[in-house]
Amino acid sequence: MPQKMSIQELELKAYDIRLDIIRMLEHAGSGHSAGPLGLADIFTALYFDILKHDPKKPDWDQRDVLVLSNGHCVPVRYATMAHAGYFDREELMTLRKLGTRLQGHPERLKLPGMETTSGPLGSGLSQAAGMALALQINKDVHRWVYVVMSDGEQDEGNTWEAAMFAAKYNLSKIIAITDRNNIQIDGLTENVMPLEDLKAKWEAFGWHVTEIDGNNIEAVIDACAMARAVTEKPSMILAHTVPGKGVDFMEYDFAWHGMPPNHEQAVKALKELRTLRGKIRSEHE
Amino acid sequence: MTEAHLVKDIDAKDIVSEPIRKGFGRGLLEAGKLSDDVVAICADLTESTQMHLFKEAFPERFVEVGVAEQNLVTVGSGMAAMGKIPFVSSYAAFSPGRNWEQIRTTIALNDQPVKIIGSHAGVSVGPDGATHQMLEDIALMRAMPNMIVVAPGDSLEAERATLALAKDKRPSYMRLAREATPVFTTPHTPFELGRAYVYAPGDDISIIATGTMTYQALVAAELLFKNGIDAEVIHVPTIKPLDAVTILKSVHKTGAVITAEEAQIIGGLGGAVAELLGEEHPVPMKRIGMHDRFGESGSPEELLEHFGLTGKHIALAAHEVMEKKKEGSQRRDDSSQGG
Repeated sequence: MPQKMSIQELELKAYDIRLDIIRMLEHAGSGHSAGPLGLADIFTALYFDILKHDPKKPDWDQRDVLVLSNGHCVPVRYATMAHAGYFDREELMTLRKLGTRLQGHPERLKLPGMETTSGPLGSGLSQAAGMALALQINKDVHRWVYVVMSDGEQDEGNTWEAAMFAAKYNLSKIIAITDRNNIQIDGLTENVMPLEDLKAKWEAFGWHVTEIDGNNIEAVIDACAMARAVTEKPSMILAHTVPGKGVDFMEYDFAWHGMPPNHEQAVKALKELRTLRGKIRSEHE
Repeated sequence: MTEAHLVKDIDAKDIVSEPIRKGFGRGLLEAGKLSDDVVAICADLTESTQMHLFKEAFPERFVEVGVAEQNLVTVGSGMAAMGKIPFVSSYAAFSPGRNWEQIRTTIALNDQPVKIIGSHAGVSVGPDGATHQMLEDIALMRAMPNMIVVAPGDSLEAERATLALAKDKRPSYMRLAREATPVFTTPHTPFELGRAYVYAPGDDISIIATGTMTYQALVAAELLFKNGIDAEVIHVPTIKPLDAVTILKSVHKTGAVITAEEAQIIGGLGGAVAELLGEEHPVPMKRIGMHDRFGESGSPEELLEHFGLTGKHIALAAHEVMEKKKEGSQRRDDSSQGG
């Protein structure tokens, strides 16, 4: 397991990951920009603080499991895994190319450490529920199943089938994080298919719900710690994130949901991200 | 035939009949006794899919998801990821009918050894009508890479198939029927995943059947024998992977084929055999099954008669194919004399 880092170090790491996301997407020429940038803080917190895992032993039988339900955001997971030591960062530039282990949407069989194959939305939570139930049957109390899911995929009925099921079986080993960035392909979630009151919905389905700033790494770590202490029900963390976080011309713009930057845009994005990274560094020096 | 070890007289008035799904229930209970990793997941149809035997014996390994077939298979995928061997059951019309994409992504592409059990397949479901008579499941599952497709011929074979699936590490689908089907195999009849079996030897025509239609194929072979046609009956309990060796060996000998299934011939066993023979050894052929239409309400017997899914219909089709085969050899004889 990598050594724990300070919040400042984690914040810098999140920017390093964002820089790689932009490089990867520009090189790939296709893929999703907004979600991965918005999720960089959550993935940094997971891989560098929260998860019990070993990059050198991806099949370690005592590891925590991370299910990525919204598979299209996988560039952030690939970049974070590379930084955590699962594979060389150079390989990130093979994203979406023929023969790559870094498929456009993640495939378990291709990449060690990728727990599930995903892309079609709405079925990550129920796979996590199956995993948590297996742990419960095995009376294994030391492992957790984390799920990262999108808000848009909560349009899917499968999500709510899983919500009922996890509550029925009291699957408190599930800690789900919803990337509440309010955008999906066709526009704002509340215009495409209103989700609110999301907190009340999850609570009504029998879940422990917290709401946090998903771009605040400390808040993510604290919310997961609190969720691990909840033993009577599964936990849902509604993490409000800024889509496209760190790149001014991408932030809050749903047009960037499923689009990569071209060369010019990438140069601009990298410059902005470096500036922000520099600010964090100087603030703490 | 001695190797198949079938019952002596398939026409016997006292032949035992039992729903194929019952064999699954017994096989699952046995599989549960053999391995603690076996778990059973059901979508509000525990008794009709015969999972109640397992539920009573191993309540802590039985999971009820309610009427939620998408959750049924994805929970199964998650449990398999943690080392379990999940059997997930519903009616075939709903699973894989409703949750095909979840099966494709989270089980087949994800390569998790989930055993999908689709009960109440075929028109013999009867009065419930077309919505519940699943006919497209073989086509749906056969087209999916990495998926095994099994359709046992009777309850005894379903029991053996269930035990075989529990030991197999691959994703798989098994279709079961609701109504009682004559039990024509015996505890000595061989069963291996991926194998087809010659149940009755013959030289004139190959009748290749699966599921409930294998019994009808045996009935047809007896009818044909009385008319001087020596039919070979091949039972195909594993539709995918298809046992091409056994089928081609028979067809090389007979030069004529009938396929029989209680499913759409498009993409079904008929489709699979036609694809094989079209590339390897084209011969006169006719496919018995559902011809691109839905079923309807009625008693199982009425429906099988109405849709031409009986031994009698197979025998009639065999006569037609035999005619074509004769015409073909006649033409070859004529042209060789002319040349």
